[in-house]
Amino acid sequence: MTAIPDTARRNAGAGGFRLSQLARARGLAHAGLGIALLMGLWWLGGRAVANNPNMFAFADFAPGPTLSALWGIVQSGAVIDMSVPSLYRVGYGMLIAAALGIPVGIAIGRLPWLRELTNVPFQFLRMISPLSWMPIAVMAYDTWDGAIVFLISVAAVWPILFSTAAGVRRIDPAWLKVARNLGANPLHMLFVVILPAIAVDILTGVRLALGVAWVVLVPAEYLGVTSGLGYAINDARDTLDYAQLGAVVVVIGIIGFALDSGLAALIKRFNWVRASA
Amino acid sequence: MFARFANTTAFPQPAAQDGAARGRATGAHLAVMGLSHAYKKIDGLVLDSLDFEVQPGEVLALLGRSGCGKSTLLHMLSGLSLPSAGEVVINGNTVRGPSQAWVMMFQAPSLYPWMSVAQNAALGLRFARRSSEIATRVPEVLELVDLSPYADRNVQDLSGGQQQRVALARSLATAPEMLLLDEPFSALDAFTRRSLQRDVRAIARRLGLTMVLVTHDVSEAVRMADRVLVLDANPGRIAEDTAIALTEEQREGGCERFNAEHIRLMEIYTEVAHGDPSDQTDD
Repeated sequence: MTAIPDTARRNAGAGGFRLSQLARARGLAHAGLGIALLMGLWWLGGRAVANNPNMFAFADFAPGPTLSALWGIVQSGAVIDMSVPSLYRVGYGMLIAAALGIPVGIAIGRLPWLRELTNVPFQFLRMISPLSWMPIAVMAYDTWDGAIVFLISVAAVWPILFSTAAGVRRIDPAWLKVARNLGANPLHMLFVVILPAIAVDILTGVRLALGVAWVVLVPAEYLGVTSGLGYAINDARDTLDYAQLGAVVVVIGIIGFALDSGLAALIKRFNWVRASA
Repeated sequence: MFARFANTTAFPQPAAQDGAARGRATGAHLAVMGLSHAYKKIDGLVLDSLDFEVQPGEVLALLGRSGCGKSTLLHMLSGLSLPSAGEVVINGNTVRGPSQAWVMMFQAPSLYPWMSVAQNAALGLRFARRSSEIATRVPEVLELVDLSPYADRNVQDLSGGQQQRVALARSLATAPEMLLLDEPFSALDAFTRRSLQRDVRAIARRLGLTMVLVTHDVSEAVRMADRVLVLDANPGRIAEDTAIALTEEQREGGCERFNAEHIRLMEIYTEVAHGDPSDQTDD
C-alpha cells in the first residue's frame, strides 16, 4: 500500500505528455498526407478521364467541378435536405436492429440451448444480402420509407446480435456469482453487471452495423422515394449532372466517416479494459 | 495498521448497532446437521454426514487438502448451492439460498473493473435497496480495510492485496453476521497475505462476526482460527475438531506457543492426509 511519490508521478506524467504530443503530431501529419494522396489520385483520375475521348463526358467527376458543386449544395442548404431523410431512415433502422439484436444477443449468450438452436438459421440469414429482400419489402410495406427502414434493420441486426452474444459469453462467471452472493436480483444482474460488462461489445456491434447500414442505404434509396442521398445520386445521374453526383458521393463519405468516428469515441468512453502500460 | 483501526472512533461497533437495530445478535449461529453431498456426474459422496456447530463470533477454519470438499461445503453454508442431504441452519433457519446476512469471499477478488473502489464496495447496499446508507457506510468500510484514500480509484489500478481488501469492504458493507472465506489470500504474496490474515481476523473480532474460513495452509489456520476442523478426503469427513488456544499477540507468530500449535496442527493434518488411501504426494 505504498503510494507513488508525487514527484515520481509528475515526472512520469511529464515524460508521457511529451511522448504523446509527439505521437499525436505524427498521427495528424500522416492523416493529412493520406488525404492529400487521395486528392492527388482523384485529380489524376480526372485528368485521365478528361483526356480520354470515350470518357470525357464524365470529366465533371474531377475534384474541381465536384468541389464547386459541393460548395453550391452547402450554400443552398440542399445538402441538409438530402441528408436528413437518409439519416432518419438509418437511425430508425438502427434503432429497430438494436432493439432486436441486443436482447436476443444477450439471450443467446446466456442460454447454450438457444445458441445451438439459432446458430444455423441465423448464420444462414446473415449471409443473404439485405438487398435480396427488396422485392418482398416493397410488397410488404405500404410506404417506400417503411421498406427502406426494413432493409436497413435486416442489414444492421446481425453485427449487433453476434457482437452482443460474444460479449455475454466472455463475461467472467465470477462476476455473476459475486453479484448473486451479494443479493442481486435478475434486473440488477442485467443492468449492473451484464450491460456494463458488454457495453463495448454492443457498441462495437453497432459500429459494424452502422457501416453496413450506411452502405445499404444508398441502393435502398434508389427505390421509389424522392428524398435522401441515394435518390440524389440517382437524380444526378438522370440529369447527367456529374459534378453534383460527385458532390453527393463526397457528402456520403463525410457523413459516414463522422458517424463512425462518433461511435469510435463512444467505444473509447465506455471501454473499461486497461491498456497494458 | 492493526493499531490504527483498533483505536479509531470512526467505526464504533457498527455491526453491533445495526444488529441491535434489527433485533439480532451480532454474529450468526451456524449449525450443520447430517450434511452429505454427491455430485450428479461423480460416483460416491463428496461430503459424508457432517455435523458441527459454530458459535456467534467464533472463527472456524476448515482445513483440508484440495479435493476434500471444503469449498463445496462453504458454498453450501452460503446457500449458493444446496446439499444432497442434511441441512445448514443459521440462527435457527434452514438455509435455502444466498442472503445478505452472510457473505462469501472468493479466491479471486472478482471486482467489477468498470467501477471505482467505492462503487464496488457499495454494491451490496445497492442490491439490498439500501442506497441511502451508501454515503455513510462505504467510507466506514473503506476506513476499516485501510483504503480510504483509494475510494475514487478504478479497481484495476490496485495491487492484488488491495483488491482483496476492496472485496472485503464490499462483503462488510451490508453489515453481515457471518463471513465465509474461500481461500481468499492464496493468490497473494506472503507479506500481503500475513497482513490480511491479521486484519481480517481483527475486523471479524471487532465486529463480532462469525467467520468460516477454508484453507489448506496450516499456518493460516493457526493465525486466524479459534477452532479448526481437519477434513478427510474421499469422502469429506471431519477427522479432527481442535481448538487453537492462542492470544492475539501469539498469533503474530515467532513465539513458542505459536510454534507448538503449528506443529501440533501440522501433525494432525499430516496424519489425516496420509490416512487418505488416494494419497500420492507429501504436500
